[in-house]
Amino acid sequence: MLNDDRWMFPKGRVLKPHCVKWLGCLFACVSVAFVTSASAAERLDVVIGYLERLIPPPPTLSNLDPVPDDLGWAGAKLGVAGNSTTGKFLDHHYSLSERRVPEADDFMAEARDLLAVTPFLIVNAPAEDLLRLADLSEAKQALLFNVSAREITLRDTDCRANVLHTMPSRLMLSDALAQFAVKKRWTNWVMIEGSRDGDKALGNAFERSAAKFRIDLKSRKTWAFDADMRRNAASEVPLFTQDFPEHDMLLVADEAADFAPYLPYNTWIPRPLAGSVGLMPLTWSSVVEQHGAAQLQSRFRDLAGRTMRSVDYAAWAAARVIGEAVTRTNAREPDVVKKYILSDDFELGGFKGRKLTFRSWNGQLRQPIPLAQAKAVTALAPVEGFLHQRNELDTLGLDQPESRCRAFGEKNG
Amino acid sequence: MVRIALCFWLTATSALAGEIWVSNEKDDTISVIDEATLEVVRTIEVGERPRGITFSKDYKRLYLCASDSDTVQVIDPVTGKILHDLPSGEDPEQFILHPDNKHLYIANEDDAIATVVDVESRKVVAQIDVGIEPEGMAVSPDGSFAVVTSETTNMAHWIDTKSQKIVANTLVDQRPRHAEFTKDGDELWVSAEIGGTITVFDTDKKSEKAKINFEIKGIHPDRVQPVGFEMTADGKYVFVALGPANHVAVVDPKTYQVLDYILVGRRVWHMAFNGDQSRLFTTNGVSGDVTVIDVSNLKPLKTIKVGRFPWGAAYRPT
Repeated sequence: MLNDDRWMFPKGRVLKPHCVKWLGCLFACVSVAFVTSASAAERLDVVIGYLERLIPPPPTLSNLDPVPDDLGWAGAKLGVAGNSTTGKFLDHHYSLSERRVPEADDFMAEARDLLAVTPFLIVNAPAEDLLRLADLSEAKQALLFNVSAREITLRDTDCRANVLHTMPSRLMLSDALAQFAVKKRWTNWVMIEGSRDGDKALGNAFERSAAKFRIDLKSRKTWAFDADMRRNAASEVPLFTQDFPEHDMLLVADEAADFAPYLPYNTWIPRPLAGSVGLMPLTWSSVVEQHGAAQLQSRFRDLAGRTMRSVDYAAWAAARVIGEAVTRTNAREPDVVKKYILSDDFELGGFKGRKLTFRSWNGQLRQPIPLAQAKAVTALAPVEGFLHQRNELDTLGLDQPESRCRAFGEKNG
Repeated sequence: MVRIALCFWLTATSALAGEIWVSNEKDDTISVIDEATLEVVRTIEVGERPRGITFSKDYKRLYLCASDSDTVQVIDPVTGKILHDLPSGEDPEQFILHPDNKHLYIANEDDAIATVVDVESRKVVAQIDVGIEPEGMAVSPDGSFAVVTSETTNMAHWIDTKSQKIVANTLVDQRPRHAEFTKDGDELWVSAEIGGTITVFDTDKKSEKAKINFEIKGIHPDRVQPVGFEMTADGKYVFVALGPANHVAVVDPKTYQVLDYILVGRRVWHMAFNGDQSRLFTTNGVSGDVTVIDVSNLKPLKTIKVGRFPWGAAYRPT
């Protein structure tokens, strides 16, 4: 039900025909609430928008594990369902309004359309689309949740005051792996990276983390094979890895999991693999089960008929962040909600073993990063022993002194 | 002299004649600890993923949530035999027996439901919609209210036990785990694992009265996660398990101040007193053992190895 009056009728907007339909609904809902809950607090209707840019995933050698069509969308649905369960005890009513925009269509037009309905948008789109959206005049008072873009710059020089990130940056992921390597004393690294932009960016993040945690990244090679590795990995990979210097760990930066699955057991010398294969730093994985996560996994499976992935988790978390803030403030005005989210009072139980909060200086959700392999979580970062004066979670990714983000104000801490 | 010693020996043994029953979540067993010898004397095979564990008021029956078997098992504590199952709803995690010794209030973790079962007729009396992942269960001493806490909705739901309807919902901090009424029924205490607090409610007003925070030197506050707790009958102490902080806090229920922290095993979860409340037995999930605490001096006395992932504990006199 789309009866958020504040966002349906902004000053000077012309009512569209379908708005008139909502108007009827608005009155119907209000009168029902008036009759049935005279003693309860005022009824609150909250629309959460879900905006996605549908970009076909890049081709990969293996098609065993395709990217689900409803990646992210299913997570948002689960989060809103959770909000609704809480809301029914408080007379808070949540609904999800989605725009899933094909690549060829006008993303900004759809975005404007959705912003006329609600200020709360869960955005599953590349960084450049996210920034164009954030800079729209219509989005000035909105609160956008980035659930897929991992660019470090979005948390740094390209940050925006109206964008919060529930998806970790690549640097949070690479720092998590670096902490684990230091703990194991596997501090001599070599790396293979793919040729796509995301692979280079991930490779750069690994290099940055290596420097931060005093790991020696001895060699960095680009994977440049056109051949189908399903047939000849056993002959090509040993040769490709033969000239690497002695190392403790082989890192792989291949975000689409294109060639990475064919590396294990084919390398010249036997060393653990990590990154995009082997031990993987992930926002979420189907093997996360501790801290009550098994319940979240089973609720997701019931809803989507598949396992929960990182973008699903980030979208779920975004919906829950909005719900939690509305529950605690009893308000739906975006400025009130945002202020609460960035305050010390905000906390979210996120099935990762400790409370999740936001970095008030760049809008990033602090969260532990599971280091997962095929069947189990090997470690949860921050790894024991990595301390921080304020919050151990700030050992992952950009910390306040490094961040060049100023959109949230200079004095935020 | 001999007579005095004999007399002392007699009282000592009569005071310590009982057992602590511990559910081992990842072993599908119960470990039975003799309170006099502090040894495991029996291991009983039960249903899958045993968690909530409690005795009937006359101690003639043990009720056990076998979560992954989707049932509550009724066990004869003398023989250790499973007598029958109760219809519990799906994924029962924790429950509380009403003072009438007849109605079991069960939290169905996966279903956002609380199920009320009549243990005599073995029938479901009511199912009540609650928040997501219900877990903590409490009944007021006079039996008028049952309280369910939901982990993801972060609420305590107050159920009128006559109508079996929710009459109030009160917000608590993130991930509430356990609820208990004080012995006089004036207060309801609710722990919040991720929030790191205990909220104390005024039962009559159903409003927040106090909030208890915990702080252990050298442990990050986010890792101090209150879960199970127990109150002494004399109103002197409340013992609070702090999960991955590996400590039990001792709280003064009059001032709400933390008096002490006792080091126990890893990921301490729930606990049970022995009969005269001279000893407290805590279940330590990750280390797979039970710590015995001497209540008189608030010091750990012994660690007893039990099964994998001990979860709940309950006492019965023998």
